Amino acid sequence: MSGAAVAARAPAMPADPVSRYALRLGDLCLILGQRLGEWVGHAPVLEEDLGLANVALDLIGQARLLLTYAGEVEGAGRTEDDLAFLREQGEFMNPTLVEQPNGDFGESIVRQVLIDAFQLALYERLTSSADGRIAAIAAKAVKETRYHLRYSSSWLVRLGDGTPESHSRVQSSLERLWRFTGELFDEDDLDRDMAARGIAPSLADVRAAWSTSIDEILGEATLARPKDLPYSWYGKRGEHSEHLGYILSDMQYLQRAHPGARW
Amino acid sequence: MSAEGRVAAAWNALAEVEDPEIPALTIVELGIVRFAEVRPDGVLGVGLSPTYTGCPATEYIETLVRGALDAADVSPFALTRVLDPAWSSDWITEEGRRKLAAYGIVPPPPAASSGWRTNSAPVACPRCRSTRTECTSQFGSTPCKALHRCRDCLEPFECFKCI
Repeated sequence: MSGAAVAARAPAMPADPVSRYALRLGDLCLILGQRLGEWVGHAPVLEEDLGLANVALDLIGQARLLLTYAGEVEGAGRTEDDLAFLREQGEFMNPTLVEQPNGDFGESIVRQVLIDAFQLALYERLTSSADGRIAAIAAKAVKETRYHLRYSSSWLVRLGDGTPESHSRVQSSLERLWRFTGELFDEDDLDRDMAARGIAPSLADVRAAWSTSIDEILGEATLARPKDLPYSWYGKRGEHSEHLGYILSDMQYLQRAHPGARW
Repeated sequence: MSAEGRVAAAWNALAEVEDPEIPALTIVELGIVRFAEVRPDGVLGVGLSPTYTGCPATEYIETLVRGALDAADVSPFALTRVLDPAWSSDWITEEGRRKLAAYGIVPPPPAASSGWRTNSAPVACPRCRSTRTECTSQFGSTPCKALHRCRDCLEPFECFKCI
C-alpha cells in the first residue's frame, strides 16, 4: 500500500434552498422505491408482489420529477441520473424511516402506512405551494399516494385485526418503527424557510393531519399507538442510519463500475 | 400548410397512435393529449399528460407521438409534459370506455368516489354483468389496472384503476 490517502469528499448539497427541498422530497421517494423494489419476486403472494412493485414504480416516477427539478433549479447541469447515482450517503436527504430494512411483509406495511399518510398530508398541502412546479408535481402525486394509503391501510387493518400472531407481529413492527416518525415533523431551517416563502406547509399542520389518519387506521386495526421517543438521527439533513450505504451500493453499483453507461 | 391545417393534421395523426399497454385504445381516447396548437414562433406545441408518474410507457408514447407527427409532416413541433391538472381516469372518452369494455377491461368508476378510505362501488362483471364482484388486488399487470373477480360466474377480470 502506498501512503497516499484518499481524501473524503465533503458532502455537496445544492446551494439553492428550493433545490435542496425538492431533493429532500425526491430522496424520500427514491429510497423508499428502491427498498420496496427488494420485494419483487419475494412477496408472500403474486398479488402483493405486483402491489408493492407498483407502489415502488409510482415512487420512482415521483422521484424522477423531483430530482429533475432539483437539478434544474441548482443550475449546475446535474440530471436526475447524476443525482440518483452519483451522490454519496451524506448527500441524500430522505428521512431515516424509509431506509429501514423491509423486515417481514407486516413490517413493510407498517412502514408504508406511516409514510403514505405523511406523504398524503404533505402533498395535499403542497398542491397550493407558491412554487408552481412543486405544486404541479404534488397535484399529480397526491392521487397516487391516496391509492397507496388505501392499499397499505387496508392491509394493516387485516393484519392488526387478524390472528393473534399477525396482530403481535405488526404491533412489534409499529413499536420498532415509531421512533423514526418524529424526524418527519422536526422542522429545521430549510423547512422554516420554505414555509415562510409559502413553498411548503408548516410541518405542525402536516403532523396534525397525519396523526388523525394514523389514529383512525390504528383504531380500526386494533393496534396501540406507541409513545413518542427521543431519536438521534436526521436523515433529512444527511445523517443516516447504517442501512442507507447498503441501499446505495446496490442502487449505484452499475454507474460506479461503468461511469456513463447507457442502454 | 396553414396553422389550422397543421393542427388538424396533428390531431388526425395523434388519433392513430395506440396506447402501447392497451392497443385497443388510442392516446386521444385515453385522454392524455392535452393540446395541439401552433405557437407564435411557428412551432406546433403538443401537450401530453402521463397517466401514472412511474408508467414505463410514458417515454415510449412520446417516441410514438414523435414518429406520428414526423410522418404527418407538421414539423417543427415540440412535446410538453403536462402535470397539472393531473390526468384523471375521468378523461377517458366515451368511445374509449366503450372500447375498453369491448376489450375485456372494465372502464374506471368516476374518480370522485375514490378517497383513501372509500372503496369504489362494485363494478359489473364484463362476462355476466353481475355486480356481485370483489377487488382481489388493487394492482394488476400494468400501472393502470386492478384485479377483480365475479362471485357469480367466477370470472377473474381487470378494471382500469380510478385516480
